[in-house]
Amino acid sequence: MTASPTLSPEPTAQQAAPPPGRRFDLLAFARKHRTILFLLLLIAAFGIVNERFLTIRNALNILSEVSIYGIIAVGMTYVILIGGIDVAVGSLLAFASLAAAYVITTVVGESPVSWLIALALSSVVGLVGGYIHGKAVTWLHVPAFIVTLGGMTVWRGATLILNDGGPISGFDAAYRWWGTGDILFVPVPVAVFALVAIVGHVVLRYTRYGRQVYAVGGNAEAARLSGVNVDFIVTSVYAVIGALAGLSGFLLSARLGSAEAVAGTGYELRVIASVVIGGASLTGGSGGVGGTILGALLIGVLSNGLVIMHVTSYFQQVVIGLIIVAAVAFDHYARTHKA
Amino acid sequence: MTLLDVSQVSKRFPGVLALDQVRLTVGPKAGVGEVHALLGENGAGKSTLIKILSAAHAADEGTVTFDGRPLDPRDTPLRRQQLGIATIYQEFNLFPELSVAENMYLGREPKRLGLIDWSRLRADARALLGELGLPLDPDEPVRRLTVAEQQMVEIAKAMTLNARLIIMDEPTAALSSREVDRLHAIIAGLKARGVSVIYVSHRLAEVKAMCDRYTVMRDGRWVASGDVAEVEVGDMVRLMVGRHVEFVRRVRSGPPGRVVLKVESVTPRRPRLSTPGYLKDIRLEVRAGEIVGLAGLVGAGRTDLARLIFGADAIASGSIHLDDKPLKLKSPRDAIRAGVMLVPEDRKQQGCFLDHSIRHNLSLPSLGPLSRFGQWVDERAERDLVETYRQKLRIKMADQETPIGKLSGGNQQKVLLGRSMALAPRVLIVDEPTRGIDIGAKAEVHQVLSDLAAQGVAIVVISSELAEVMAVSDRIIVFREGAIVADLEADAATEEGLMAYMATGAGRPSPSGMELRPQ
Repeated sequence: MTASPTLSPEPTAQQAAPPPGRRFDLLAFARKHRTILFLLLLIAAFGIVNERFLTIRNALNILSEVSIYGIIAVGMTYVILIGGIDVAVGSLLAFASLAAAYVITTVVGESPVSWLIALALSSVVGLVGGYIHGKAVTWLHVPAFIVTLGGMTVWRGATLILNDGGPISGFDAAYRWWGTGDILFVPVPVAVFALVAIVGHVVLRYTRYGRQVYAVGGNAEAARLSGVNVDFIVTSVYAVIGALAGLSGFLLSARLGSAEAVAGTGYELRVIASVVIGGASLTGGSGGVGGTILGALLIGVLSNGLVIMHVTSYFQQVVIGLIIVAAVAFDHYARTHKA
Repeated sequence: MTLLDVSQVSKRFPGVLALDQVRLTVGPKAGVGEVHALLGENGAGKSTLIKILSAAHAADEGTVTFDGRPLDPRDTPLRRQQLGIATIYQEFNLFPELSVAENMYLGREPKRLGLIDWSRLRADARALLGELGLPLDPDEPVRRLTVAEQQMVEIAKAMTLNARLIIMDEPTAALSSREVDRLHAIIAGLKARGVSVIYVSHRLAEVKAMCDRYTVMRDGRWVASGDVAEVEVGDMVRLMVGRHVEFVRRVRSGPPGRVVLKVESVTPRRPRLSTPGYLKDIRLEVRAGEIVGLAGLVGAGRTDLARLIFGADAIASGSIHLDDKPLKLKSPRDAIRAGVMLVPEDRKQQGCFLDHSIRHNLSLPSLGPLSRFGQWVDERAERDLVETYRQKLRIKMADQETPIGKLSGGNQQKVLLGRSMALAPRVLIVDEPTRGIDIGAKAEVHQVLSDLAAQGVAIVVISSELAEVMAVSDRIIVFREGAIVADLEADAATEEGLMAYMATGAGRPSPSGMELRPQ
């Protein structure tokens, strides 16, 4: 049977029709690849202004910086995809890494596998912390922003209590290797970041779990009625970002040679900014790990370039803040003014 | 003198002529307002007409005169309110955190030296509430009020603007019978003040009791107007139903099989209406290969029942059996695993992921079987699945990656049907299968449901469109105020009979031989 001919036929999906002649549309191209274009533009600009910027050494330095918070940004991509937010990551990072360092220095003592214990412990502490956030969101129905805002203070406070606010240092060479060593010229944190990013991307893009993450953020009620265990997805996403914060804290302590109670301060901003600059929507349901990596690199290049140009760190904060707002404003403009 | 005169008004939406040369006159007599019932089935065009009067829509053709002056179709809704036309929708336009007085005077608060004069605001509100006989405390936040009280706030708000015509869209749909009486007393008070009311309702007994005149609409056209005193309820039903665009009646492929779904006296843990005993002793059996249509007014409990069977809402008491085995449902996930699927009534809010691709929308609940190790999605198998249902359901789409939000309503609905069908359910519940989609797509959806039944699926269809219920069902069950009032073979049902059951709870002995089957 066919559609009734007497009534108007149903419109089929209207794709954006290419203009006749298929002229290369520069504006559309720029819109689509705006983050990477802006990144290349920044790199070119800093490279012209200062010859020390475009060196392999500096590039590796930028990548190492980016890796520490980039690892958490991969987890934040998931959190923002489900329409959530996590502002506790910086504090949880500090707590997890300090707790791990505390255990290996005071309980374990000298051991050839102290690095392994610290790595595992830091990640597990982060995982448990994040799981608690997730449960508070799903069971108590407290908004994620409030839960993690509370968590931000609680974990920072717990970190200060743990060692009276002091740092813990005295790690062995195997431990330090995770922050300062390299694998075939690639700094270890960069390699770890790459691994996390690849796994994060693959899970999101190719697995059922990834699809369910998008579904929950796109329409939680429709997801529930499609048989998705929404509470499990939400809880697991907070647990994962917690574990990644712990992993990142371990790498940071290895890089600095000490676990500090003030480590990770302000990371929540950088991490959320990376995801948002990468094009994810704060209402959930759209975004991806690829965009987040570009966003994280953009922030890293910007900070590094400004340092090289002797711009004070105070001023850097102003610039980064403005870039975040500009990125989201542009994103909104691009969405609402489709050609 | 005529207060409102609607003449030859037409309104076209893409693909649908919603209003076709409609007319309506409302006018007070000797200083007393007129209560005018606007009647018609769902989809008759009442809502569109109301929206044109309140300036939510602009008419394409025709004129509307209010108080002797033609209304400008470019008016804003605010302008219409200032002219004296107030509209009270089923969803109230109130701010729950603000007080009664603040809601009444929002944007028009009395001021002194540029600041809100709070004492005068309260005094004015109290005076007006007293005058109208509304038992409300001006300082009470609106969120603490019952639905009936919130409705009073809407009425009071309308009167702060000196409304001379108040349009009420199904004002009693969510009220208890005592609250209905109180509302009618309030309306009588308004009448005495010279205010006229357009009263949209399906409850014909109420219309008979308290309206002065009536207008009936059907399929976007004016059908009849007159004095309520001169017609019986049965006449109104006949005028509303009339003759419709005909759907092809389903032809059963064979006798129904054994009972698949059996529901006994389920009640929700948190009823959506705070009526005690909501969903009264509902007993329902659906056989393999059978389509059971649930007819009833909005709020009669059909959707609530569907959500209980699907595990979307928690059950307080009663039982559900699937193939003689009791079903314990904690979530829709449990229901899907057991073989029960629901296509929800609100396509956009509960069904679609509007920004996501057609492929992702269709395959979501089927990803388990489509994935290796339960997680690794086999995209080729997934594309094949979507392609299968594209062909089976004749979904018109550019490609699988198109966001579902870009499809027409009919094609969206087909994607959602495909989503359910891909799970090969034993029981399929479809809530309002063709709401807001064009007639051609409706017929296609009906055919799909019929084909599924032929394959042995037990199907429940909830529809507020009587012609649809009659076309797709083998058996029709009529709900009214949370209870089943009739259970009939579709062949024995007439639209007049169903409407009478829905509106009054009792069928009339009619030549068509319709009678209540013992439960």
